[in-house]
Amino acid sequence: MTPIVEVRDLHKRFGELEVLKGIDFTVAEGEVVSIIGASGSGKTTLLRCLNLLEEFHRGDVLIGGEAIGYHLRRGQRVRIGEREVARQRAMTGMVFQAFNLFPHMSALDNVTLGLTKVRGMPRPQAIELADHWLDRVGMLERRDHRPSQLSGGQQQRVAIARAIAMSPKVMLFDEATSALDPERVGEVLETIRSLAQEGMTMVLVTHEMRFARDVSDKVVFMEDGRIAEQGPPQRLFLNPESPRLQAFLKTSSF
Amino acid sequence: MDWTYFFNEVVNNRDALLHGTAITFAVSLIAILAGTVLGIVIGIAVTYGNKPLRWPARLYIDIIRGTPVLVLVLATFYVSSAVGFNLTAFQAGALALTLFCASHVGEILRGALQSLSRGQIEAGRAIGLTFGGIFRYILFPQALRYALPTWITAAVEMVKASTLLSVIGVAELLLTTQQIISNNFLNMQFYLLAGVIYFLIDFAIEQVGRFIGRRLDQPTRRAV
Repeated sequence: MTPIVEVRDLHKRFGELEVLKGIDFTVAEGEVVSIIGASGSGKTTLLRCLNLLEEFHRGDVLIGGEAIGYHLRRGQRVRIGEREVARQRAMTGMVFQAFNLFPHMSALDNVTLGLTKVRGMPRPQAIELADHWLDRVGMLERRDHRPSQLSGGQQQRVAIARAIAMSPKVMLFDEATSALDPERVGEVLETIRSLAQEGMTMVLVTHEMRFARDVSDKVVFMEDGRIAEQGPPQRLFLNPESPRLQAFLKTSSF
Repeated sequence: MDWTYFFNEVVNNRDALLHGTAITFAVSLIAILAGTVLGIVIGIAVTYGNKPLRWPARLYIDIIRGTPVLVLVLATFYVSSAVGFNLTAFQAGALALTLFCASHVGEILRGALQSLSRGQIEAGRAIGLTFGGIFRYILFPQALRYALPTWITAAVEMVKASTLLSVIGVAELLLTTQQIISNNFLNMQFYLLAGVIYFLIDFAIEQVGRFIGRRLDQPTRRAV
């Protein structure tokens, strides 16, 4: 079966600095993959390459079997046009560390914007779908609130509804709980966990080691722009092979 | 002070006063509307444009904002006729104020757009919007809230700057007032009257601005 996400020999530079030095990994349908690693190891950059928020310089990213971002013209890599990029981005749903809700819109309108303007859905239908997902993340009662009237955890749950309502092939979570107060982390993790249990395909960049261990089907450990080790969470957390991962796990609390 | 004489003079000159006020109002309105449209284009170019767009826009803002409006008015009037565009004084004046207004609106919009977090663009991209959609639905509505008070100030400035069109012979309110005074020598009274009219126009603009501001601050739907 075609994997939902396939990354082949991915390279990414910021100027002279190479932050991704050849990444290979796949995510199968319904799989939950956590990317762990120290700050600066390239895990967020990798995630952002999956929905073209970052350009990459070599290698391929395939979402649902479709190579994204570039096509070949006379043997040259050419970046595809803005409309195509936008369409490909909508194949993935992204949840940001800083929530990034649209502050001038109600929670409901945050969710319906993409449905009406990108999917071209009529507004009544978009509202129905948005209500369904807001209910699913426990935010239906606050659908008419502005982001500024919501706690961080509530904002992040609306952001999850906004992304997932677009029916992406895969959900990407970029340190979704790092900006939250400790007492708000649980509600967001619980939301993510329940979506995972329903079979949503997910890639999470996270510092929540316990969560990564409990929820993931696969854990990817990154070190200095490369994947140092990947496999099922039991093996990585209980019997880490590389000394790097052993050292990393010692310094992370969980 | 002889009030009866003054009131008689106001009544006698009412057509000229109304006409002058109408010209001031018209030229200001044209400058504010056209200048805002042009300024939005320039503001987008200077904030998000690639180099070939950004540099001319930046240069435009810096040069026009750095030029005294009077110089701009005179230059537009005399240069346009010298290069073969036969603009009337009104057209040249409206054009000069439009160019001036656009440079201010461009700079105001740039400031407002740059105060928005980069995450807003990324969130818009992530749900599959193109830049046009991101600007229209996400960036512009937010920038408008930041920019509105400064934009009102700029609009009021345009009304005040329209008095400079008197030097190229546009019979706007100030020139009309001066012409009336040259006949009846009621200096203080008629300058005061002109001042009151200018105040009323500016006051109206501020009220419109407040009204727009209140509309923008309302939630898209009532909070329950």
